[in-house]
Amino acid sequence: MDTTRLIIVAVGGQGNLLASKILGEAALLCNVPVSMSEIHGMAQRGGVVESALVFGDARSSIISDGEADVLVGFEPLETLRARKKCNPGTVVITNLAPVPPFTVAIGRGTYPDVEMIQNQIRTGISRLIAYDAVSLATEAGNVMAVNTVLLGSLIQTGILPLSSECVKQAIRTRVKKQFVESNLNAFEKGFLAAQRLT
Amino acid sequence: MHRLLTDKSGQKMLLLGNEAIARGAVEAGVGVSTTYPGTPSSEITLNFFQISRETDLYFEYSTNEKVALEVAAATANSGVRSMCVMKHVGMNVAADPLMTLAYVGVKGGLVIVTADDPAMFSSQNEQDNRYYGKFSGLPVLEPSSVQEAKDMTAYAFELSEMLQEPVILRTTTRLNHATGVVELGKINAPVVQGDFVRDPMNYVTVPAVSKKLHARLLTRLEKAKQISERCVWNFTQGSGAWGIVCNGVSYNYVSDAVSDLGIEAKVKVFRIGLSHPLPEATIKQFLKKCEKVLVVEEGEPLMEETIKAFAQEEKLPLTIAGKGENLFSRLYEYDPALVRKTIATFFDVAYEPAAPVDLSGIPELPQRPPNLCAGCSHRATFHAIKKAAEGMDIICPNDIGCYTLGFLPPLSMGDFLICMGSSIGTACGFSRVTGKKVIAVIGDSTFFHSGMAGLVNAVFNNHNFTLVILDNETTAMTGHQPNPGVDMKNLNMNGYGRVSIENIVRAIGVPHVSVIRPYHVRKSVETIKAALDFQGVSVIISREMCHLYARSIKKPGRGAFYVSEKCRNHRTCINELGCPAFSVTDGRVVIDPVMCTGCSVCAQICPEHAILPLKK
Repeated sequence: MDTTRLIIVAVGGQGNLLASKILGEAALLCNVPVSMSEIHGMAQRGGVVESALVFGDARSSIISDGEADVLVGFEPLETLRARKKCNPGTVVITNLAPVPPFTVAIGRGTYPDVEMIQNQIRTGISRLIAYDAVSLATEAGNVMAVNTVLLGSLIQTGILPLSSECVKQAIRTRVKKQFVESNLNAFEKGFLAAQRLT
Repeated sequence: MHRLLTDKSGQKMLLLGNEAIARGAVEAGVGVSTTYPGTPSSEITLNFFQISRETDLYFEYSTNEKVALEVAAATANSGVRSMCVMKHVGMNVAADPLMTLAYVGVKGGLVIVTADDPAMFSSQNEQDNRYYGKFSGLPVLEPSSVQEAKDMTAYAFELSEMLQEPVILRTTTRLNHATGVVELGKINAPVVQGDFVRDPMNYVTVPAVSKKLHARLLTRLEKAKQISERCVWNFTQGSGAWGIVCNGVSYNYVSDAVSDLGIEAKVKVFRIGLSHPLPEATIKQFLKKCEKVLVVEEGEPLMEETIKAFAQEEKLPLTIAGKGENLFSRLYEYDPALVRKTIATFFDVAYEPAAPVDLSGIPELPQRPPNLCAGCSHRATFHAIKKAAEGMDIICPNDIGCYTLGFLPPLSMGDFLICMGSSIGTACGFSRVTGKKVIAVIGDSTFFHSGMAGLVNAVFNNHNFTLVILDNETTAMTGHQPNPGVDMKNLNMNGYGRVSIENIVRAIGVPHVSVIRPYHVRKSVETIKAALDFQGVSVIISREMCHLYARSIKKPGRGAFYVSEKCRNHRTCINELGCPAFSVTDGRVVIDPVMCTGCSVCAQICPEHAILPLKK
């Protein structure tokens, strides 16, 4: 089976690890070989959290620079920072709502212009799907569901060997009961957003 | 029921490497587990902690790794399968009992897990703990995948009982925090009670006994070598004349590289899973069939040096390499592209590396360093210390925990740090020779771990410094594990004692002890000033529960604050505290009400008293 490599980058607290778990669980349900790697480190303290997911027959669970087939960024600045993982064939999906690093929030650095970020990401990759995932999560009834919104878009692209149904099933088992409905809504919104942007 | 207790052999489950290790131990019928928490090992014992509440498994968070190993040494020698878990640097703390326990051996299986951290994602160094196997004479197992992490853990107990020696299970972050599909095995019912049969001539390591035991260890090591020769974890793949020897996660990168480069027919891979003692005869056979050999191992050239020695003994003229110019480094962790490139270089395979993406258009991006949480009591304490020490030339030895982050601006508190507990020991030295005011900081868990001994030293030798013990009533950095000062009733758990830091400090004989509540800014500053004025050892215990922990045990929170119209933009709040709940929007300071925990420290230091509680 061909190998598909996915990088997810996020800021601590945005639900990166849960998103990875959902995809891993979906792969298990769909009988797709998967290996994943996370760096937990200081996630809760505002740092960057990166997950690597390798679907298919490769043994490595990490992804070298230039070797991601898909990059999903939960935060625009971090998506741009992770662009070194991309190559001309990479598809990038990113949330456009910034989470300014603390250094910026207190005026000791400047958050780059989001338009510039988009243009930089778009350069030298195959396709960029970018939108405000926080608004869509809010519309879906759960501002915390940015992660599942982006998963919706990721599955819509068809790059991963995972069906929508498997991922939804994984959401039902991995997300806390009271949030399942809003996360499924969020997934749908992300799916449609990617369709619209095609 | 805890999902790692699922008794369905053959079922597949998605597990974190650390969960797989815990599951492997459960399948092996582990009866006792001990640890001191440390990333990347923490989730192994988090699972044991939870499992122990549903089963007969005895689990404890010990005060440090030395104690953890001593507890496990006793239970294993009473015939109970035991597991002792730590991060790599924890092994240094446990090294004292480890070296002699190897002489004494065990009756029931004892598995010591060391989680190494190449590239130092959350550690102070990247020491390669395979040396502890060689150093102590104990077998070392190194899994490459999550499935193997489970299977090898279960096997490690068998190996331990076969040899009557502890077995070291050595992992790296990339395995501990990898996730993969694992096929479950059968759970063996744990044996949790045993018996210790007195036999002082084999257990009490006075010189006469140890002389005999060391010889016995070498015999057991010889037996381990025989096992290593025919062990399923040491295997060869392929039949080409180019040899690659690898271990742990490196095996994954090697496998992918060989297939990516299309050199399957030319390469023979020797994957080492039982890495100490190395299977000498098998490796010599392997070398004889190779034209040249590349050793792929993260960290130190441990296998490389031994394999070169094997070749020398056999008078084999082939090239064997690993670390070196254009080859591998002793620094950091490897990745698939690096391993692919190095294999191509070494064997001279035509290979077109992917052109690096053009990043030239990207301006310098603002960094996103980790930060003390909004409302963290340590921020308040550091601020109070700075205020109290204003105008003084101070040295601040810091220690290991969340509060290490206090070394970052704007707090900038933290001048020296080498290991757990070192703030107090080094404070003794700094104060003795510099003539500066020394203010050491240490957390509650770290104080119990190894800070206490330093404080005893300070009192006895009459050193002159101030120690601030940051007591947030949990071990916050690694995920809120309990320590001896924690009130376990907060977790609805009975049957635990509780040790008072204040009583310890007084009992040690510290002549000047005070307790502050760091959210009370002015009072805290005054109390610290008094301590700084004292000649000799003074201790301040700064007590305020970690608010993330408080939230997790559902303690009532405080209301958020906001910046009112009275704000004249001094920005004292931002410039002195650096709380992440603050930001500057359109030139004005604002507080994010979702992040604000209502600690009110900013409100107390605002010169205009412009920061006020939000009305509910």
